[in-house]
Amino acid sequence: MKNIPISAMIGLFFTALYFLMAIFAPLLAPYGMAEVVGGVWEPSSSKHLLGTDNIGRDLLSRMIYGGRTTIFIATAATILSFVTGSVLGFFAAVMGGWVDQVLSRFVDLIMSIPTLIFALVVLSVMPVTLPVLILVMGLLDSTRVYRLARAVAVDITVMDYVEAARLRGEKIAWIIFREILPNALSPLVAEMGLRFIFAVLFVSTLSFLGLGVQPPEADWGGIVKENKEGIVYGISAALLPAVAIATLAISVNLVADWVLNRTTSLKGGRG
Amino acid sequence: MNDQLNHMAGQVAAGKMTRREFMGKAAALGISAAVASTMFAGAAHAAGPVKGGTIRVGIQGGGSSDSLDPALAANATATQVLRLWGEPLLELDPNGGLWPRLAESFEASADARVWTFKIRSGVNFSNGQTMTADDVLATMERHSGEDTKSGALGIMRGIKDMRVDGDQFIVELDKPNADLPYLLTDYHLLIQPGGGKDDPTAAIGTGPYVLKSVEPGVRFVGEKNPDYWDDTVGHADTIELIVINDDTARVAALQSGQVHMINRVPPRTAQLVGRAPNINLRTTSGPGHYVFIMHTNTAPFDNKDLRMALKYGINRQEMVDKILFGFGSVGNDTPINSSYPLFTELEQREYDPDKAAFHLKESGFDGTVLLRTSDNSFPGAPDAAALFQQSCGSAGINIEIKREPNDGYWSEVWNKQPFCTSYWGGRPTQDSMFSTAYLSTADWNDTRFNNEQFDQLLFAARGELDEGKRTQMYADMSTILRDEGGLICPMFNQFIDATTSDVDGWIDSQNGFDLNNFYAPMTMWVAA
Amino acid sequence: MKLVVQRIALGLLLLLAVSVLIFAGTIILPGDVAQSILGQSATPEALANLREELGLNEPAITRYFDWLFAALQGDLGVALTNGRDIAESIGQRMSNTLFLAFWAALISVPLAILLGLIAVRYKDRWPDKAISAITLASISIPEFLIGYLLMYFIAVKLGWFPSVAMIGDHMNLLQKLQAIALPVMVLTLVVLAHMMRMTRAAILNVMQSAYIETAELKGLTGFQVIARHAFPNAIAPIVNVVMLNLAYLVVGVVVIEVVFVYPGMGQYLVDHVSKRDVPVVQACGLIFAAVYIGLNMIADIVSILANPRLRHPK
Repeated sequence: MKNIPISAMIGLFFTALYFLMAIFAPLLAPYGMAEVVGGVWEPSSSKHLLGTDNIGRDLLSRMIYGGRTTIFIATAATILSFVTGSVLGFFAAVMGGWVDQVLSRFVDLIMSIPTLIFALVVLSVMPVTLPVLILVMGLLDSTRVYRLARAVAVDITVMDYVEAARLRGEKIAWIIFREILPNALSPLVAEMGLRFIFAVLFVSTLSFLGLGVQPPEADWGGIVKENKEGIVYGISAALLPAVAIATLAISVNLVADWVLNRTTSLKGGRG
Repeated sequence: MNDQLNHMAGQVAAGKMTRREFMGKAAALGISAAVASTMFAGAAHAAGPVKGGTIRVGIQGGGSSDSLDPALAANATATQVLRLWGEPLLELDPNGGLWPRLAESFEASADARVWTFKIRSGVNFSNGQTMTADDVLATMERHSGEDTKSGALGIMRGIKDMRVDGDQFIVELDKPNADLPYLLTDYHLLIQPGGGKDDPTAAIGTGPYVLKSVEPGVRFVGEKNPDYWDDTVGHADTIELIVINDDTARVAALQSGQVHMINRVPPRTAQLVGRAPNINLRTTSGPGHYVFIMHTNTAPFDNKDLRMALKYGINRQEMVDKILFGFGSVGNDTPINSSYPLFTELEQREYDPDKAAFHLKESGFDGTVLLRTSDNSFPGAPDAAALFQQSCGSAGINIEIKREPNDGYWSEVWNKQPFCTSYWGGRPTQDSMFSTAYLSTADWNDTRFNNEQFDQLLFAARGELDEGKRTQMYADMSTILRDEGGLICPMFNQFIDATTSDVDGWIDSQNGFDLNNFYAPMTMWVAA
Repeated sequence: MKLVVQRIALGLLLLLAVSVLIFAGTIILPGDVAQSILGQSATPEALANLREELGLNEPAITRYFDWLFAALQGDLGVALTNGRDIAESIGQRMSNTLFLAFWAALISVPLAILLGLIAVRYKDRWPDKAISAITLASISIPEFLIGYLLMYFIAVKLGWFPSVAMIGDHMNLLQKLQAIALPVMVLTLVVLAHMMRMTRAAILNVMQSAYIETAELKGLTGFQVIARHAFPNAIAPIVNVVMLNLAYLVVGVVVIEVVFVYPGMGQYLVDHVSKRDVPVVQACGLIFAAVYIGLNMIADIVSILANPRLRHPK
């Protein structure tokens, strides 16, 4: 633990804090998530630490429960998009030829279909449940990860050490996980930190299309939207969840930076 | 000081003093800016309209797929654009009466079955052609023919025959209807040359403005029609409509002076918007209402006790406070409020968890009720649904909310699903409102209401010319709806518009649509 | 060269596939254009009449091929909802979208790369941390929120730029730039972080290589090493992320268009999807698809050109 720099400590602390709050939400929240307990947009008081929201629900409780939805969905979707996107991307780069061509063009195709149409079609043919939401988000995002993973891996596959491994007769999986992955890690880790943020914001977009979180439940982006009319009048109910998203984003990326540092120093050993 | 002020007001009225000068001198007399501003407005109003200038309107409710065809107009922007270039036979006046436009006068046969409209002479279309009774007939035919696609078809249905006699347009009905002139104020029914049969989207009409630039969903520019017949309408040289669908953006455009007036100020922030010294908030009460509708023929809502439980389980005052922020009034589970001419007050139904629990028990229902909602069913609908869920929860009624996509809500959820949030703009008369949505055979019977007594009263009232008896009939019908119907009406919304102090001449009205029934851009003027 | 021709041919095929998918998608969606046009005022007769008039009673396959043949001859047809010429409307909207995307890209891409280089140069020192924190904060705030805040403080309070970013033919370049100043600012803030962080990460990834050490031992300054030796070797991931963000600037700015009342393609597509106006959705969809396919192709080609080993395969 001694070697962890201060910024990574801060990042780890907040990330852990948010995740713990998400897990223990029912124990921590002072009121129910949907309970109407006061007037509209009451300022912060001893009864309501962060004030109340646009119809008089306790904002702190709502944010604690909202964080649960947000963090769970975003984490699951990010992991899904990363695993599919990077594995397929590496695979395409290593195999080359028609495999690469087919996969890459298929990704082009998926990216080309406007998200709105995609989401609406999914909505009309599938039941709206959390797994569906995560699947849709994860797969849409994995096209972006695929592009990046493939681009990085293509540069690596032509390196001498990969060629050596091929000549040694190593299997595809060995090349992908032992040669490509370690050398492609930094851009991917950086991307993962950002994809997580995009996922957090994307949940609320999809919720508003009717795909995803159902009222009275809410995610952080959704709470911002519910209270958006008050923003320019200094009503904090819109700004606080945005601040929560930003701090979560920064903490997650501080951790990502630290991991990134560790991985680069693993390779060269120059620190 | 009073003399001095009176003198100044006289100068303003005579057009000899500008707003800036007035404000400056008023300040010198120790009068606050807000008071002075109001005084200036009053004085300028007395002075009468100022001609010229440009009025810019930031308007909500338009898309890039909007058509110029009056038959297809279906949102605020499309309606506002129609008002610029065209006119109907009759229009609602600000007091709820009728305002003759292309029909100079009208009269009914004694049994209210044959109506004769005298068409105004000497009015030209913007293409130079003279408007005649034949054009009126052709227009009405286009909206009522077998192959029409007009949104006004529903109200044109009871017509047996239409004909022209010189400058008279004569309508013969299947059954008596004392309210026919009110129906003809429908915004689809603009008179077009040849009825617009050749080119419905040409935007040629007799209106006060001629469209110069048309970008659907973005911007419309109208220039004053130099031949327009009515001097009291159309003061600015140019009217520019800018479609701003985002609430915050619309308010910001008004606050930064890029537009002179906007419609649909979000109620939550209306007080804060109106606090600015150069902005006037304009509220108009009307017949529009935000509702929860149940299909009375579909389980579990076919159970009267369950319907009653839900009606007692809604907290109407809380909705008015938290959804309308006080810009509205509580509803009473009937679509009729005091804005209707023959209104009778019924006993107000209150939030009562005990009675709700009692009726729930009586109904024997112990499952969960699924309520569908979307942001575009009415502003704040998902929030209202959440409040309803909470207030019902205290009575032991379980409501599950499902947010549907805005996309397709009106075609896939409303009038299809058994319980959802919805909005009604209201109609000018009780007869029209009841026939549109509560008659058992109505297309838009969105509560699947089927009550023989109600239907009989509706038909009887149409031919009843005694006002007292008619009023009583409508009161009885409202009572039936309130106790038996599938309508939960928690609130009537007000229209909240706002204007800057750069424009003058607002008329307080009590019916129609927002922005003074969309006449504000034409009856207001740019202040000197 | 052969590669480019091959990719363009494949791209055209993909466009065809996209048109089929979008068409199928809009058919699957509940409701049709006639219902959407009439909205709450739809009576059964009016619906039937309108369907007949718009030719919706033809089988879907016939409608698709009718559309395809017309489109191949350069005729995109007219919008079913309002009868306006699609090519003309899209032309105007497209040029607006590209205008906004161009200026946003012109500012954000060089700025992001520059900031990325600075962050690498001062890695783990305060410039790196400040750049990271600010860009991360700006990317994690929902874009409409940034839009509202800038609108309120810059347009309403200070009055520097208009809040309604409407541009038209009657304006000169300077007026247009003033009109789009606020949306450009928001878009820059939104896309900056992604490109900047990828630049930083990709360069750091190659900083451990032997040739960097060589360059440092040659006595080059920190910036020279980064700009001349590390950056060219890190270009593949950077260019991919830049292209993703450029695509976003063209395709994904509906929210910004709505907030700043900007007449671009995004809102145009959304309006017509909600009305099920298939020819317009098809036309917009194809343009957006072409943007993605084209940008992805450029990214792939640049990656190949930047790597000598890929340029001259064994």
